[in-house]
Amino acid sequence: MDALRITEITGRALALPGDDIDTDRILPARFLRAITFEGMEAHVFVDDRAAATRAGHVHPFDEPVNQGASVLLVNRNFGCGSSREHAPQGLRRWGIRAIVGESYSEIFFGNSMMLGLACVTATHADLERLMAALAAHPGAAATVDLKAGTCSLAGLTVPVTMPGPARDALMTGAWDTTGLLKERYEDVNAAAARLPYVAGFR
Amino acid sequence: MGKTLLQKVWELHTVRTLPSGQTQLFIGLHLIHEVTTPQAFDELRLRGWPVARPDRTFGTTDHIIPTRERTRPFLDVMAEDMLSALERNCRDFGIPFYGLDDERQGIVHVIGPELGLTQPGMTIACGDSHTSTHGAFGSVAFGIGTSQVRDVLASQCIALEPLKVRRIRVTGQLQAGVYAKDVVLAIIRRLGVSGGVGYAYEFAGDTIERMSMDERMTICNMSIEGGARVGYVNPDDTTFAYFKGRPFAPQGEAFDRAVTWWRSIASDADAVYDDDVEIRADELQPVVTWGVNPGQSVGVAEQVPAATDAATTDALGYMGLAAGQPIAGLKVDVAFIGSCTNGRLSDLREAARIVRGRHVAPHVTALVVPGSVSVRRAAEREGLDEIFRAAGFEWRGAGCSMCLGMNPDKLQGNQVCASSSNRNFKGRQGSPTGRTLLMSPAMVAAAAIAGAVTDVRGMVDAPALSGAGQGV
Repeated sequence: MDALRITEITGRALALPGDDIDTDRILPARFLRAITFEGMEAHVFVDDRAAATRAGHVHPFDEPVNQGASVLLVNRNFGCGSSREHAPQGLRRWGIRAIVGESYSEIFFGNSMMLGLACVTATHADLERLMAALAAHPGAAATVDLKAGTCSLAGLTVPVTMPGPARDALMTGAWDTTGLLKERYEDVNAAAARLPYVAGFR
Repeated sequence: MGKTLLQKVWELHTVRTLPSGQTQLFIGLHLIHEVTTPQAFDELRLRGWPVARPDRTFGTTDHIIPTRERTRPFLDVMAEDMLSALERNCRDFGIPFYGLDDERQGIVHVIGPELGLTQPGMTIACGDSHTSTHGAFGSVAFGIGTSQVRDVLASQCIALEPLKVRRIRVTGQLQAGVYAKDVVLAIIRRLGVSGGVGYAYEFAGDTIERMSMDERMTICNMSIEGGARVGYVNPDDTTFAYFKGRPFAPQGEAFDRAVTWWRSIASDADAVYDDDVEIRADELQPVVTWGVNPGQSVGVAEQVPAATDAATTDALGYMGLAAGQPIAGLKVDVAFIGSCTNGRLSDLREAARIVRGRHVAPHVTALVVPGSVSVRRAAEREGLDEIFRAAGFEWRGAGCSMCLGMNPDKLQGNQVCASSSNRNFKGRQGSPTGRTLLMSPAMVAAAAIAGAVTDVRGMVDAPALSGAGQGV
């Protein structure tokens, strides 16, 4: 598990302001018809990016300075809606390794955990400060330190949090849960035996 | 001190506490479909693992299938490959599969209850966020992603952190023309689209208690739109009656034993809740969303809000609405009745009651998509298909259809769709500039007839159709 340990993520930061950014926007459904996750990075925010271009703007994921960024700054309820893992898969394959936001949908958070994509939480005020600092220093690097519970960017350091079990799973490299869940299958059978419906109430 | 249903079910299904502190939870029923599973099965093959409990795993197909022409191979090569992969995976791993040629096929959240697979007190997982639907029966049902689908296939377990419980007590008599859909949209409007994060929603109160199982499913289906991954209703006599004679429900003496156990898992009278909210049902009017998330809604007699903040301005702009304009009278191009939220028999009956003897406005494309083959057959036995066809609706095969842009049923350009589905996100219905107005199936029917958003309360004096025991 040592190779899977995640304690600190450093990389260029990218800000995507706005509450309630849903997974249909992160990865539109028509790209879910593929039977692998390969190439999902090409479709991240594809409709939002096209809409921005039509309106004469540049979407943050298209800004030249943001190419190669790995720390994503967001606001409230990021990743709400559909359970599609294609959304965090696409973000991770695009290069994102950590997300700093006010809050996340639980399914998105869980899906991200399964990929070792750290989603940490900061206050609204601190995210405003982080985004302002990044706007003043485009392309600045951010460091998310899970052990210290901080995010630092352009000389600014703010506290970030994560539920204890999720943080421990990342820091000990135990975030790939399948092996753990399989390792004591006799316990699983014992749990099933306690449930009257498993035997059809006979 | 008493316990909630969530606490009881959680404790009964806990295998152990993992070193991280997460709970390893046994999953009583795993439902699978074509979209969120191929990568999970690939990983099982890669690691040489079997499916732990193929006897507790069931597959069907719903998201990518066409609803007009179901013959194989599909015109869409990707959809054909995706369905073929699920067929192969179910065959190779010994999982029962209800495909397009099976009378049991349908939207996964419609067929689970219909077949009696979904039962009170169970933990249920499915790679789809609307798995919360199954909570209507007093199960604890989680939407999960593909890596967690892999976990459940491999171990019949998932790793989770405990949830808090918010009780939402809905009280009072709904007016004619106001439905379960309006109740849940009103709850989301009040508590917000992220208000439920970290919570399971327990829906209680006399309004919920009077509701049929179909109506309770509509409520629990949209828990996730309020941010609550899990929503449930305590099982009661309405719940137990639903299971009589269902193929996978216990029979005979086993049924009686089941009822005793099902009763025991309901929340205790002295259970302690992390939060309590009350909603007055008698004050509600039909609800319509005006924006780009399910919390952005108004009563049909109200106006869309003023552009007071960036999110509202953005949503109004996307929807092409002027700040403060009345929602009633807004022209619609498409009317869609169906989905796991509102594609069940009672939904179709209620919509048919509105359209009978009337006709869809000339500029509106209207379709009805039953949630399952079984719903379709039952509706046809009652002649509902004839009522819809005569009114100018298309009568389709069972599937997710226009709820999401994954199959041939999509909005074009910036069409406005009156939809009985669950999400009005930007681009949700398959066109990147398409616009969705969420409402009850009866309100969709009314909008289809009028060609614009209209208050169905003016049209509900028509007599109920045969067998339409709505409860509320």
